[in-house]
Amino acid sequence: MTSKVETVPAAAPAERPVRRRSFARRHEAAIYGTFAVVLLIAVWEFTWQMRWISPLFFSGPTAVALRFWELATTGSLLADAAYSGQNFFIGFFLALAVGVPLGVLLGWYRRLFLFCDPLVSALYAMPRIALYPLFIIWFGIGSGSKIVIVFLSAMLPILINTLAGVRNIDPDLLKAARAFCATDRQIFVTVALPYSVPFILTGVRQGVAHGLIGTIIGELFAGSEGIGYMISYAGQMFQTDTLLVGVVCTAAAGMVLTAAAERLRRRFQKWRPEHVGGQ
Amino acid sequence: MNNAGAAAAGGATPAAKLVIDHLSYRYYLEREEREFLAFSDVSLTIGEGEFVCVVGPSGCGKTTLLNVVAGLLPYDEGRLTINGRTVNRPGTDRSMVFQNASLLPWRSALANVRYGMEMQRRFAGELMDRRAQELINLVGLSGFETRYPSELSGGMQQRVNLARALATDPDVLLMDEPFAALDAQTREFMQAELLKIWTQTRKTVLFITHQIDEAAFLADRIVVMGMRPGRIKQEFRVPFARPRALSLKRNPQFLALCDDIWRLIEEEAERINVIRGER
Repeated sequence: MTSKVETVPAAAPAERPVRRRSFARRHEAAIYGTFAVVLLIAVWEFTWQMRWISPLFFSGPTAVALRFWELATTGSLLADAAYSGQNFFIGFFLALAVGVPLGVLLGWYRRLFLFCDPLVSALYAMPRIALYPLFIIWFGIGSGSKIVIVFLSAMLPILINTLAGVRNIDPDLLKAARAFCATDRQIFVTVALPYSVPFILTGVRQGVAHGLIGTIIGELFAGSEGIGYMISYAGQMFQTDTLLVGVVCTAAAGMVLTAAAERLRRRFQKWRPEHVGGQ
Repeated sequence: MNNAGAAAAGGATPAAKLVIDHLSYRYYLEREEREFLAFSDVSLTIGEGEFVCVVGPSGCGKTTLLNVVAGLLPYDEGRLTINGRTVNRPGTDRSMVFQNASLLPWRSALANVRYGMEMQRRFAGELMDRRAQELINLVGLSGFETRYPSELSGGMQQRVNLARALATDPDVLLMDEPFAALDAQTREFMQAELLKIWTQTRKTVLFITHQIDEAAFLADRIVVMGMRPGRIKQEFRVPFARPRALSLKRNPQFLALCDDIWRLIEEEAERINVIRGER
């Protein structure tokens, strides 16, 4: 902050020549990411075509792609994806609806935090999937137990991050707000909430990943529908290509949803300076 | 201007704005399990439109004094009044300019200037916009209204900090070493700028600093604080006519005044060292 020399604010910033970053620089993330994926698939396909891989243990990209087309057009892939997707979204939005307000409350009210902290820490540290058999007893092997496990998986990262955001508010900002006679409600709306938005969205990103894990593991465990079930059944039948279709679909869903969450996070952070680490 | 100061010093204070009367502040340090006296028996009367600087070695309690006057810290001994009304919490009659700019990073410069007015609901929405723009112009930031704090230099951030404080139209402006974190050059320019702005607004100012030349350049009156516990050692009247230019700082009379004050502070530092040596 001190290193910058004071600019004499006579020249308006608009008068400066505008230099646009090159195409490659602007789409850096997409270019690097695509390159990595393409490279991986190429190496994989090469080994598959050379017949270094037994179909009993693994499959190749073209075989998986063919299988995907078959399952998508004539098989049950769409129905399975819809089932898993529905469980995921219901569980995830419940997690959002509970995690954010609860995190804000726990971050804001010290005594409430002290009261709930041991429970939250325990739930956060343990593998939530360990509770799944219990949920089957309570909610059956259908959608109910699966939504609950998604909810619990996604809710804790959202809760923990929201809570951290509210608790870490810059004390200087609180002091400034107080000095200007801000009421608790005003401080909450103008300082605490905006300050925690990036934290909340980090939680959302983690929640997406954890929720997907919950979705798939729940279906691996029990039931007869969904992508997780498809993976588990194909495994028992040694259909490695079908199994990998399930895995790839899950990974793709994870990437798309995480990217969406990341985009949202960036949108709310345009006031932050850009990336400052190494290239 | 000087009339108000003379009246304040003389004891008959018809235009007394801020009265600090035998004020003490104690705090309890949990870790050492004992009570400390931050400052003790401080009495100071500041007249309407007067510019008073408090200087002292770091740790003499001058910032604590300012925070108490701001109503951010509770005092239990002495009296503190503004316009004859007792002060014990933040009020719309005071504004604070902070050592760290303490701007909301997600608000533009203009929206940050609005912040204090919004919290105090002093003006209608349209008037707030107009005032914010006027103050942006006053502190010389026209053309930078839409910049986020991270896109402003340290000096420009402090201009926003000052504009935010002036925007609520307070009776007393409290300034907590606002230029301490700036580089030497920017600091000099900001001092001159502050005097120019002050000449236009004629606010009553209580300004905390550890820089003697800053105090001598800005103030009508300088109060030197000693330490352990913090208390007022001596007051100096600053005789130089206004408007003052930065060249004043090379005036022999100015340097002599700084020397006098510096000797007093040195004395105080030595006294503390002696006490420390005896322990």
